[in-house]
Amino acid sequence: MTAAAEANENLAALVPELALTGTAVVALVAGSWLPRRRQWIVAVLAAAACGAGLVATAVTTAAGDRQTVFSGTFTVDAATGAGRFTVLGALLLLVAMAVPEIRGHPRETEYHVLLLLTGAGTLVLVGATDLLTLFSGYLLAGIPAYALTGFGKDARGTEAALKYYLMGALLGTTMLAGTALLYAADRTTGYRAAATAADSAPYGLVAVGFVGVLAGLLFKAGAVPAHFWLPDAAAGAPPAVAAYVTTLPKIGALVAGYRLLYEALPAAAGALSVVPAAVAAATMTLGNLAAFFQTEIRRLLAYSAISQVGYLLVPLAVAGRSGLAQQALLLYLAAYAAANLGAFAVLAALPAARGLDDHRGLARRRPVLAAVLVVCLLGLVGTPPTGVFLGKLQVFATAVEGGAGWLAVLAVANTVASLFYYLRWLAPVFAPGEAAAPVNAPAAHGRWPVAAACAAAAVSLALGLAGGAVLPAVQDQLPR
Amino acid sequence: MLSVLTFLPLLVCVLLLALPGSLPDRWCTWTWVATAAVDLALVAVLWAGFEPGGGMQAEQRMRWIPGAGVGYHVGVDGLSLPLLALTCLLFLAAAGYSLRGTRATRAYVCLFLFLQTVCLGVFVALDLILFFVFFDLSIVGMYFVIAGWGHGERARAAALKFFLYTFTGSLALLLGFIGLYLAAEPHTFDLVDLARARPLAGRGGYAALVLLALGVGLAVKTPTVPFHTWLPPAHTEAPAAGSAVLAGVLLKMGTYGFLRIAMPLLPGSWRRYALAIAVVGAVSVVYGALVALAQTDFKRMIAYTSVNHMGYIVLAVGAAGTLAGTDVQARSLAVTGAVVQMVSHGLITGALFLLTGVLYRRGRTYAMDAWSGLAAHTPRFAAVTAVAAFAAVGIPGFSGFVAEFQILTGSLASQAVATAVALLGLLLTAALFLRALRTMFLGTPRLPGSVPVGGPGDLDAREAVPTVTLLAVALVIGVAPRFLLDVVEPAGRTVAELVAR
Repeated sequence: MTAAAEANENLAALVPELALTGTAVVALVAGSWLPRRRQWIVAVLAAAACGAGLVATAVTTAAGDRQTVFSGTFTVDAATGAGRFTVLGALLLLVAMAVPEIRGHPRETEYHVLLLLTGAGTLVLVGATDLLTLFSGYLLAGIPAYALTGFGKDARGTEAALKYYLMGALLGTTMLAGTALLYAADRTTGYRAAATAADSAPYGLVAVGFVGVLAGLLFKAGAVPAHFWLPDAAAGAPPAVAAYVTTLPKIGALVAGYRLLYEALPAAAGALSVVPAAVAAATMTLGNLAAFFQTEIRRLLAYSAISQVGYLLVPLAVAGRSGLAQQALLLYLAAYAAANLGAFAVLAALPAARGLDDHRGLARRRPVLAAVLVVCLLGLVGTPPTGVFLGKLQVFATAVEGGAGWLAVLAVANTVASLFYYLRWLAPVFAPGEAAAPVNAPAAHGRWPVAAACAAAAVSLALGLAGGAVLPAVQDQLPR
Repeated sequence: MLSVLTFLPLLVCVLLLALPGSLPDRWCTWTWVATAAVDLALVAVLWAGFEPGGGMQAEQRMRWIPGAGVGYHVGVDGLSLPLLALTCLLFLAAAGYSLRGTRATRAYVCLFLFLQTVCLGVFVALDLILFFVFFDLSIVGMYFVIAGWGHGERARAAALKFFLYTFTGSLALLLGFIGLYLAAEPHTFDLVDLARARPLAGRGGYAALVLLALGVGLAVKTPTVPFHTWLPPAHTEAPAAGSAVLAGVLLKMGTYGFLRIAMPLLPGSWRRYALAIAVVGAVSVVYGALVALAQTDFKRMIAYTSVNHMGYIVLAVGAAGTLAGTDVQARSLAVTGAVVQMVSHGLITGALFLLTGVLYRRGRTYAMDAWSGLAAHTPRFAAVTAVAAFAAVGIPGFSGFVAEFQILTGSLASQAVATAVALLGLLLTAALFLRALRTMFLGTPRLPGSVPVGGPGDLDAREAVPTVTLLAVALVIGVAPRFLLDVVEPAGRTVAELVAR
């Protein structure tokens, strides 16, 4: 690393992160002074911060510059750019989706502040190229999320928050221990330096440390065996928060995991890639099996989210052995986020509908929501022309190219199996008959989640149809 | 031109969805009829300007997702042009048949318009991913047709089975496509480029795996034994127009895939496993006919004869890959026969399925033994059904005879045993259709209790015109096939040569 890169303390490279954290502080102060009926200003501030972040990311991506800042602890490159786009876009949708639940709520400001902080933490995870930055990102993304999960202060939410917190604390400790072991082995926490040091480091120490760090990330992503918190959190939290926990932590954790495998452990990654491969296989299979007979929609979506992590871990399993792995991961993450948020936005628009049968006859009552559900659920299956199809195509291709053809076959088998439970949800939507009356009552401010749902479905389709415009932005390989 | 042809129905579908909700249902159906007619006229123009033996024509190639090796590449040749015409004709027939009205008409019409775009897209696509996109969307569209307008709760189960089966097949196909993509340097999904580069020449094991993936994917869609079990419930539970499109067009995507993708791109493996393919074809022919013979449900019986008829095509493509004991003329004859059989089966079985819909409208049942002496009540219906049945049997004068004669002649030299076994299928089909005609139309008149007072009405114009038109085209092909063979034969020869290289 050159001295110039060492000394690079260019704050302009961190505009999205700074926008989120700065706005969080301003919003917290403003929220304490604003009367309750004007708390919506905080939501506007949060949206503005995301918008500013998106603009800054667009400028950085268009310029195509790549830099590491603050002694190589944070990198701005293609992966960071794609991650920022996805996270900030998702945050915008989450702000819109939460309107019926949050507008006029006594803790409206707190919701947005927590959302901004956890979003900032996710962005840190996406760009971190130093184990300690990674861990601080883990904490910054995690702790506000625990609070958000218990936001409703009801029994289910509290239980979910507690589970989420305990699991996070346990695996956070594991992660910190792994960081310590890697530091002991490599004498550095920076990825670039670790990659060169790894050749002479004791292999056992590196392997154990690596598994420890990965464990924390896998918890965040909701991969087997650290997935138990996810269905409870998705079912217990308000819909917008459920959308959050099934989407955003994955983006941060999986991009961070890819970086770790690709940048910090290239020499050892070949042998250690068996860990993400095994976790991927177990996660996609168990997530699917558990989703089969769920009757509560949010639990079903949570298990679907778990199985999707299985597919998303495939690029990690072939990191460094396939040139397609990076674009597969980044494209799939963006497409998955759009499809999943779209499905949750539909739930946010119909907050009273919790069971599959509550959606009976939705196609006649709310054709727009039904259309969004078709696009998003078939999108989650990977039906063309949605973005997830393109993502899955890349994931299968990268698995075959990386010599993990068995993972591709397993992913195909699981994709077929997943179709079953997505159709279990879609079938009542188009079936004749009516659901119980209170379920149908449109929520106050119900137009916001509907708009978010439409936007998500449109993005999901656009990522598939205009993938040609998106792919070049995520193809630029990370340095190693 | 091709893009206009393909996307016109989708455009109309979007326009229909955007119109206000007060639009009368009849307008929707008439819009569909008009769109299908325009599309058919476009195909006629395309056919008039088509130069037989000129290879790929009306090509259009654009960048779509260059980062993933995917392009928008369409074109038409002697293999796809007849299928395009068949698709447009069948959709027009389905539209005319649907003029009698159905539930939720606008959604129904939009779904069929969407399906038409998707079906045409499969036949014009010259990029594997473009092909796959349309191939997969055809499953989605048909799922909603069966689940939404089929016969109640059983239809939803049949639709689910259909979706799961064919989706599995399509993903196997996708794996095969990825195998081809990764083998090519530079990575590409373009069919023409891949056929030129032959990335898998000399890579035995890998090529065999890719062929297995492609073969399974296409065999599920065709369907051949043992992947056919989704077909009878899906056909039986679908609405009549849906069955006609499913049997007439969607099944052809599988066999078309063999001709368009598997044979030109994997000639070596295709030749090596040609015997297995021919055997699967022959088994499908006989097994489909035997199971059809055991059916008591008229629609289910016709569904099984589809397995039988599609089996001939698989036999032919298998024989076309066998070089020993044969020459290029016999092999191109087999390929030509396969294409003609696709068209012929589409026309005749499409008509038969529409006729079963007529039967169901009269008595709410497909059970053959519920009807007897129907010819006395409905002479026109009996006559048209009898003609369709004889056409399906393959009597001379109809397209089925031309097709099956070419297939059997082309296959006999190279796959003598399989062809001899397949001949048995002809006999069985004749038996089962004759039995069905006798049971339902002859004998003492007896009607199911579900027939309304006043007896079953005979075919009306909206039912007669589509079915008779389809049969008339089958007759024209049977009597004067040159206009079709002139287009197909050069393309058949090209495929036979590509396989032999």
